[in-house]
Amino acid sequence: MSTAAVSGRRGSRLGWNLLGLLVFVTAGFPVYWMLNTAFKPAKDAIDPDPSLLPTSVTFSNFSRALDIADFWGPVGRSLVVSLTVVVIGIVVGMLAALAISRFAFRGRKVVIVGILAVQMVPLVAMIIPVFLLLNDLGQYDRLTGLIITYLTFILPFTVWTLRGFIVNIPRELEEAAMVDGCSRTTAFLRVVFPLLAPGMVATSVYGFIQAWNEYLYALMLMSQQNQTATVWLGNFTTKHGTEYAPMMAGSTMMAVPIVVLFLLVQRKMAAGLTAGAVKG
Amino acid sequence: MSAADTTTPTKVPPPRQVPPAPPAAAGRASGTKRSGGGAVPWALLAPCLLILAVVLGYPLVRLVTLSFQKFGQSQLWGFQPAESVGFDNFAKVLGDGEFWTVVVRTVVFAAACVVFTMVIGMLIALLLQRVSGWVKTLINIALVASWGMPIIVATTVFKWLFDSDYGIFNALLSKLPGVDMIGHNWFASGPEGLAVITLLVVWGAVPFVVITLSAGLTQVPKELEEAARLDGAGAWGVFRYVTLPILKPIVVMLTTLSVIWDMGVFPQVFVMRGGHPEAEFQLLTTYSYDRAFVVNDYAQGSAIALLTVLLLLGVIGVYMRQMLKIGEVE
Repeated sequence: MSTAAVSGRRGSRLGWNLLGLLVFVTAGFPVYWMLNTAFKPAKDAIDPDPSLLPTSVTFSNFSRALDIADFWGPVGRSLVVSLTVVVIGIVVGMLAALAISRFAFRGRKVVIVGILAVQMVPLVAMIIPVFLLLNDLGQYDRLTGLIITYLTFILPFTVWTLRGFIVNIPRELEEAAMVDGCSRTTAFLRVVFPLLAPGMVATSVYGFIQAWNEYLYALMLMSQQNQTATVWLGNFTTKHGTEYAPMMAGSTMMAVPIVVLFLLVQRKMAAGLTAGAVKG
Repeated sequence: MSAADTTTPTKVPPPRQVPPAPPAAAGRASGTKRSGGGAVPWALLAPCLLILAVVLGYPLVRLVTLSFQKFGQSQLWGFQPAESVGFDNFAKVLGDGEFWTVVVRTVVFAAACVVFTMVIGMLIALLLQRVSGWVKTLINIALVASWGMPIIVATTVFKWLFDSDYGIFNALLSKLPGVDMIGHNWFASGPEGLAVITLLVVWGAVPFVVITLSAGLTQVPKELEEAARLDGAGAWGVFRYVTLPILKPIVVMLTTLSVIWDMGVFPQVFVMRGGHPEAEFQLLTTYSYDRAFVVNDYAQGSAIALLTVLLLLGVIGVYMRQMLKIGEVE
């Protein structure tokens, strides 16, 4: 790299940094404002000339948010649904991912393209037939119905992502183990599985987040008494208006655990997603 | 479907299929086995395919058949059998002027979302290469936080930001000299409201694009850019003729995913408008939902959903070709 370019860069570094800070402030503002509103007294939230910096800290919005409608019931239901979906998705998805990444067989290409194509069907387009299907099966307003439904998007996602992780593990490792006397199964369990574990964890967490965040099916397929966590957030708007400060407190309670989970896995996931999609 | 399958991998019979690499003879042997097909991979695939057939295949087929039937409230309750009506639903939908308005609105909205997401994402990814480490960390934190926000929470927060009386956005705008936006209702008109929703969608979609592109940018050889610069290329020239061609596969993938996601925008509009989007806010997704669950014409709703899928397929045909290529390479 020529010296001219380097010194030119150093000179403009300050400009880039300022621009970068602007991006940081803009991108982070909605999150900041959610937290800011959640912790400020409800009457400060409806100040027509709001102060951008935190004034005083209160937790009253959180207790109001917990009061407004049952919070732990929806959270429990969301947990049950998301965890079940992820467990089924990972077990079933793992087998399928192994099949398409480690075996050569006729029809493999069709399966791969099928699993990719299936992810393109917008969930919204499916809501009508899914609603009718669950209605016929007597699974409307049941957690099992919701679990079955969530598999439509979690399963293809899991298969495809796990495949991305498996493809990145060199086949030679398994072969070496098999040369050394392992069976195909033990080679998988002792060599591939440990290498795959981080990817599996990341996929599970990401799948969990997706299931947890799902809104449309949860709204359509569950009644008011059986609502899940995302739908719970709708309780702050009534005919008397919206209670914004408690609503932001509720949003904070919903978002923080998810964002933290997300932080833990996002690096791994970004790698897995691109590997799966770009690497042939 | 769970307990039995958990144990399946341990039961997989040993070798049979030998990786094609090592000695030539083994490679040929596996070649013949390949053409014969194998029971093992299909056994591994079976649970997955079975579930998908039930939860995805059946509803997809039902979506198609439904759109050729008459299916309203009385058919839902089973008072009347669903009769086939041929292309009636499609004729009704396609003959409706409102449908075409909605199609145009959806395409414009999705296009705006995709273009802004990709351009802003690319700019931020390029910026990240030029800032100091600590600024990069700050930006990454903000991006991951907005990426991880549940859509429903993000929508709620934006509703608050753009509230007409107490929203911070109006308050900040009014700080500008000569501007008084207090009380301005962003959702009084469709275009303004959809602009806010576009902002919301872009805000949530940019992080994925930035992080993926950043990973891609590290793959661009510094020597190539340097060589182009020595040959007299400006910043734009280097980007256009060196960086972009290398990033092309990632850009194509990201654009396609964005198209799929942005054509499927639903909760953002639905929640922003309190569960009843006005006519001016209808996109194909909400329109189909509206027809089915508000007007109770499930058949017409299905027809609209099906047309949406077809439209989407047309748009992403390019990507489909690339997928086929992926299938071939492997």
